[in-house]
Amino acid sequence: MTPIQISAYTATTCLGRGLAATQSAIAHGIGGLAPCHFETVRLDTWIGEVPGVDDQGLPSSLKAYDCRNNRLTLMGLETDGFADQVRNTAARLGRDRVGVFLGTSTSGILQTELAYRRRDAATGALPPDFSYRGSHNSFSLTEFTRRYFGLEGMAMTVSTACSSSAKVFAAASRQLALGTIDAAVVGGVDSLCLTTLYGFASLQLTSARPCRPYDLHRDGISIAEGAAFALLERADTPDSGTILLLGAGESSDAYHMSAPHPEGLGARLAMEGALRAAALVPRDIDYINLHGTATPANDAAEGKAVAALFGAATPCSSTKGATGHTLGAAGAVEAVICALALDGRFLPGSPGTEAVDPALGLDYVQQTRAAKPRRALSNSFGFGGSNCSLIFGVAA
Amino acid sequence: MSPTLSAWIDGVGFLAPGLPDWSVAQAVLRGEFPYVAAASLLPAPAVLPPAERRRASRVVKLTLAVGLEAAAAAGADPAQLATVFTASGADGHNCHALCEQLAGDDRQISPTRFHNSVHNAPAGYWGIATGSMAPTQVLCAFDGSFGAGLLDALGQVVADQQTTLLIAYDSEYPPPLFATRPLPDVAAVALLLSPRAGEGSLARITVGPTGDTPQSLADPALEGLRLALPALRALPLLQNLARRDSGSVVLEFLAPLHLEVAVEPC
Repeated sequence: MTPIQISAYTATTCLGRGLAATQSAIAHGIGGLAPCHFETVRLDTWIGEVPGVDDQGLPSSLKAYDCRNNRLTLMGLETDGFADQVRNTAARLGRDRVGVFLGTSTSGILQTELAYRRRDAATGALPPDFSYRGSHNSFSLTEFTRRYFGLEGMAMTVSTACSSSAKVFAAASRQLALGTIDAAVVGGVDSLCLTTLYGFASLQLTSARPCRPYDLHRDGISIAEGAAFALLERADTPDSGTILLLGAGESSDAYHMSAPHPEGLGARLAMEGALRAAALVPRDIDYINLHGTATPANDAAEGKAVAALFGAATPCSSTKGATGHTLGAAGAVEAVICALALDGRFLPGSPGTEAVDPALGLDYVQQTRAAKPRRALSNSFGFGGSNCSLIFGVAA
Repeated sequence: MSPTLSAWIDGVGFLAPGLPDWSVAQAVLRGEFPYVAAASLLPAPAVLPPAERRRASRVVKLTLAVGLEAAAAAGADPAQLATVFTASGADGHNCHALCEQLAGDDRQISPTRFHNSVHNAPAGYWGIATGSMAPTQVLCAFDGSFGAGLLDALGQVVADQQTTLLIAYDSEYPPPLFATRPLPDVAAVALLLSPRAGEGSLARITVGPTGDTPQSLADPALEGLRLALPALRALPLLQNLARRDSGSVVLEFLAPLHLEVAVEPC
């Protein structure tokens, strides 16, 4: 595929706001998970909450979009100078030449959950301050972002559960390759809500401890929230050291709504697709950021697919022990972690993982270490059997 | 968007209130029969295994019906097709049931309700039903959802040279959400888009940006449908297809950006 450059990127998670906080936490092996005290939720589980989301105000002209998800969106955009880069790019290329492609699974559903507690006693109506379009609809964060920057190009939300914000990189890179746009704001935002906390608990997929990806005793996920963004442009003549998107691969499991294909067949198809798109072979990959949710089934299926394709030769880790599982934001969060690893010359470790499952047969990185990775592959898989793998590199 | 975003339409699937399939819709769009309002009729999805059939929601039945209609019209194997699903919202009834329960004291929601709550549930069931392991995209752009789906599907057709099935659909919410998003019923449009002309190709379409006003339909009832359900923003394109008219239509996307679609019947 046409190489795409990542002109700017940023992430805000429970590790902190921005790249420096994220990299520092990963370097020191510090996770951001804490026991769940979110809202009125009473569940024995750990979560990754972003501090200060409720304090983030929205511009008065965009009050209709006010909800936790869009507050987190704005926090994320106004971090690491990312918003200024978007404004400068729109000024340089034209507001109609910058697309917006954002992933989410929850959008602002928390706002609807809260509104359902305030229904009119007589009619059952939702309160008049509830804005379906501004908070509930899956397009809400994308429309908010497009309006915040005054952009007039194409825009779409990708919502494929936990692969959503990996797939935005693929969708945007197609349009960049075709020349229908000249730049794209891509990313993902998901925020804590009752639906996902009680929903994953109902499936018995949440752990009562901080999650332990690829551990012999792993027993579930830690739900988290996050906002991560990247600014993509065609890389006609990238400067040395520029982070590039080299390939994307997408596939479906065609197996089950909430369980992965047991042999990881769909996962393998996505990784093979990304390698093919990048014109690379498995030994070209120096690091794999695993989906690694820490459920017994996910890590077993993904581990089999990675071992089948890469053997035990490629260092890999899941960073969800640090960030938690940010669901629809995970693809973008982990794309940013791959970019940090390529730029900062390290391999991320896996807080929480104590005894790596020997049955999975991988070179699993437990402690962050210095290295010089040139190419990193990132996996993201979602409910409904939706898989996406991305390959990032550094311009020579 | 100056470069050529172009594809051949090899098959169409359609289901809307009063218009149960593409053959009936074509006759009405040609003016051969008047539009008669009626509730949308959803066929049972025989293609799903019994366990999934019992759980199948209205949006799953809807998307299987139109997707399989478009694939069958083109003689295409659904298991080989990349898909792009696009919808303003997914299963509104399921969403309401979850929100209602989470507002009460017993928050132990059903695991099936939870996994059916994802926007990509119909795409997941499509994979289970057809066995397709091909890429599947799931999009939302509120009232511009059809345009978003068309652009991404054409992206896959042109950039990846991949035959792609676009399924745009919508469904209603029950009260109280209905009052905040009054979609009246289910409706869906499926287009099988190919990078090259085939023996059965119906038309070639070429899509580009425009600042022109989206086109309306002369028939007030059909215009009402176009405005009531985001997937049916495609109706001006479908009217040209039904009438085998060449020429351009303007479809609503995201103001001020709309999509000019040039149609050349084969």
